Amino acid sequence: MGISRFAKCSGTILASAFVWAWSTGAQAELGLNMPRGVTSVSREVYDLHMLIFWICVAIGVVVFGVMFWSIFHHRKSLGVVPAQFHESTFVEIVWTVIPMLILIGMAVPATKTLVKMYDARDAELTVKVTGYQWRWQYDYLDQEIKFFSVLSTPSAQIRNVATKGEHYLLEVDNPLVVPVGKKVRILTTAADVIHSWWVPELGWKKDAIPGFINESWTLIEQPGIYRGQCAELCGKDHGYMPIVVKAVPEAEFKEWLAQMKSKNQPTPQTVTNGSNPQIAAGGKTL
Amino acid sequence: MSTASPANDHAHDHDHDHDHDHGPPRGLTRWIFTTNHKDIGTLYLLFSLLMFFVGGTMALFIRAELFQPGLQVVNPQLFNELTTMHALVMIFGAVMPAFVGLANWLIPMMIGGPDMALPRMNNWSFWIMPFAFTLLLSTLFMPGGGPAGGWTLYPPLVLQTGQAFPFVILAIHMMGASSIMGAINIIATILNLRAPGMTLMKMPLFVWTWLITAYLLIAVMPVLAGAVTMLLTDKFFDTSFFNAGGGGDPVMFQHIFWFFGHPEVYIMILPAFGVISMIIPTFARKPLFGYASMVYATASIAFLSFIVWAHHMFTVGMPLAGELFFMYATMLIAVPTGVKVFNWISTMWRGAMTFETPMLFAIAFVILFTIGGFSGLMLAMAPADFQYQDTYFVVAHFHYVLVPGAVFSIMAAAYYWLPKWTGHMYDEKLGQWHFWLSTIGVNVLFFPQHFLGLAGMPRRIPDYALQFTEFNMLSTIGAFIFGFSQLLFAYNVIKTIRGGVKATDQVWEGAHGLEWTLSSPPPYHTFTVAPEVK
Repeated sequence: MGISRFAKCSGTILASAFVWAWSTGAQAELGLNMPRGVTSVSREVYDLHMLIFWICVAIGVVVFGVMFWSIFHHRKSLGVVPAQFHESTFVEIVWTVIPMLILIGMAVPATKTLVKMYDARDAELTVKVTGYQWRWQYDYLDQEIKFFSVLSTPSAQIRNVATKGEHYLLEVDNPLVVPVGKKVRILTTAADVIHSWWVPELGWKKDAIPGFINESWTLIEQPGIYRGQCAELCGKDHGYMPIVVKAVPEAEFKEWLAQMKSKNQPTPQTVTNGSNPQIAAGGKTL
Repeated sequence: MSTASPANDHAHDHDHDHDHDHGPPRGLTRWIFTTNHKDIGTLYLLFSLLMFFVGGTMALFIRAELFQPGLQVVNPQLFNELTTMHALVMIFGAVMPAFVGLANWLIPMMIGGPDMALPRMNNWSFWIMPFAFTLLLSTLFMPGGGPAGGWTLYPPLVLQTGQAFPFVILAIHMMGASSIMGAINIIATILNLRAPGMTLMKMPLFVWTWLITAYLLIAVMPVLAGAVTMLLTDKFFDTSFFNAGGGGDPVMFQHIFWFFGHPEVYIMILPAFGVISMIIPTFARKPLFGYASMVYATASIAFLSFIVWAHHMFTVGMPLAGELFFMYATMLIAVPTGVKVFNWISTMWRGAMTFETPMLFAIAFVILFTIGGFSGLMLAMAPADFQYQDTYFVVAHFHYVLVPGAVFSIMAAAYYWLPKWTGHMYDEKLGQWHFWLSTIGVNVLFFPQHFLGLAGMPRRIPDYALQFTEFNMLSTIGAFIFGFSQLLFAYNVIKTIRGGVKATDQVWEGAHGLEWTLSSPPPYHTFTVAPEVK
């Protein structure tokens, strides 16, 4: 029949579409998967993600395998007589208990990772991150360094009148600079609406909520530049407030600190849009 | 039955006709004043089809903008308005009314009742909807534009909405009132109008899932009403429910919203489970496997839906104990949901299957909904969710459960019962074309979004970094295939309403249940004398 040929043919098209997507993805170094990241936490999160993924694949293979076997063999057109069974307490108990055990197997590593992610003690550096519509402010507490970080992609690229650069929409004027190998505590808050601070290579995101301060931490192991974006809808330019983290060796970080301090000393910080982050952040800590 | 009502019934004017075999009145007044469950069911279904195309058009604008990086089709403000409206229209205008329409048509016929228990309220609950959506859609043309803070309406962002704000809130109140009335009516019908012998545990699963869904609706729609009213007073009456500066808490809104929002998710999927549990046994020619466990699984899912809401907010900074509780509770939902999937497959096992359009949609539902369930399980893991939250992975997840989930079940139901409703067989060949194009389109549309999300693309952005280009293009191509193939569906439905091969009363060889004992199409008033259920 025409339809089944069409079905087969379209199945092939669908399969080749995925293969095409997969291969172009591989060529252009496109991400298909979560990055493993550059911290021990991000790697644990990645491993957890892959563990659940493969469990789901295994369950899928079994369940869909049985289903397709049935679809191909239990057809009326093959002249089969339908069975009339409609319950079995035993198998129903089995397929309630087995998923429970699998879930427990997943919950244990998830709980361990979560507990680790919540332990922000003994940080050597604290940076307060404040979300504004539509930029980030980084405040190195105890260092008297505070600056805004704004998208640096020219608007001509966004309007399609200039060729888009390599880091289109993922570049800023002043990146967050942190030392590698040190535990950095990151406090997130916001001055206007809710934002969310997310760098995939660090393995987590945390909402920046006006009036509240959220605590997270990271310990980056490799020097490098790591890019992310605001992840909570925050208005018209939500897509245009990227995050760039520059992880540098300890010595270089000290140098950068000194440089920033001397640069910042004479001119007092001005908050240009009238909101006062101090007041906004003055609420209780979650 | 409406003749038993007081004499000032304006639907029937001065004409008190006690003859139950009369047909419907003619013309527009039939539809405006109708208290007939079949007419109201038809109105709900056609309204939902219209809204499906309105919301779908918005989705195509969104996908067109995302075809390539840079801004081409819409500006960021309009983009946000479109994402917000697309969600509100699809959830409250397309999926929910479609299920209420199915309930209206089918529940009285399935339980052997004469009509819905509260026919006038039934009329009212439908006729609120066109006004609510006219109001909602009109906000797009108001100064400051429509709502652009996402359908979740999170403050403080949503308080930045322009003049549209109070109108949006009013529209949501109207939709809520309509849903609550619909739910009350369904509960009253199921509990009071069952034919003698139709005990609760003999009810078709569609009726069971709707009974449970109706209780969910009554429980949570008022919670949404409360949440949006607090937004309204925060905006206009200087309260500070959600404003930290005045002692409130923006996160409290999220807790209240998702206490509504998570059961809402099940409001949109439990009736779908019911539909699929009706269709698979028919085309497998074998009774449903594990009827009782299906009922208990549905009830368990409904209960669990009330204690998992904060998994939508793992990144707001809840205490560790809170994260753990919501993670474990969410994982538990996999158990009753798994039971359902296993039962459907066991029903197919050793049946004698045929693959007409309703069965194809039902099978695709089982597979693709399960894929959405898998990503749901992944999202339940709080530490991994810190990566997935607010990315396209989430977009892929909930569209898998909503489109090839809820929407496919609605289409399966439409093809399955259309011959009963209209008395004509639909065009099977066209139905199969619709199925294959939809299934291919929907997967090309949403599957690549998993990759986008994992690779780091946040949701609700009008423009994106270059490494996301290929999958976005692919996704947009899928969107247009899926979107335009729905025109085949609309054409097939209209064609079937207007004529076609006569359907038999039983329609499907393996169909069982009271609705198949009626003629096709059924008389305007059915089961005025209760049938006997053995």
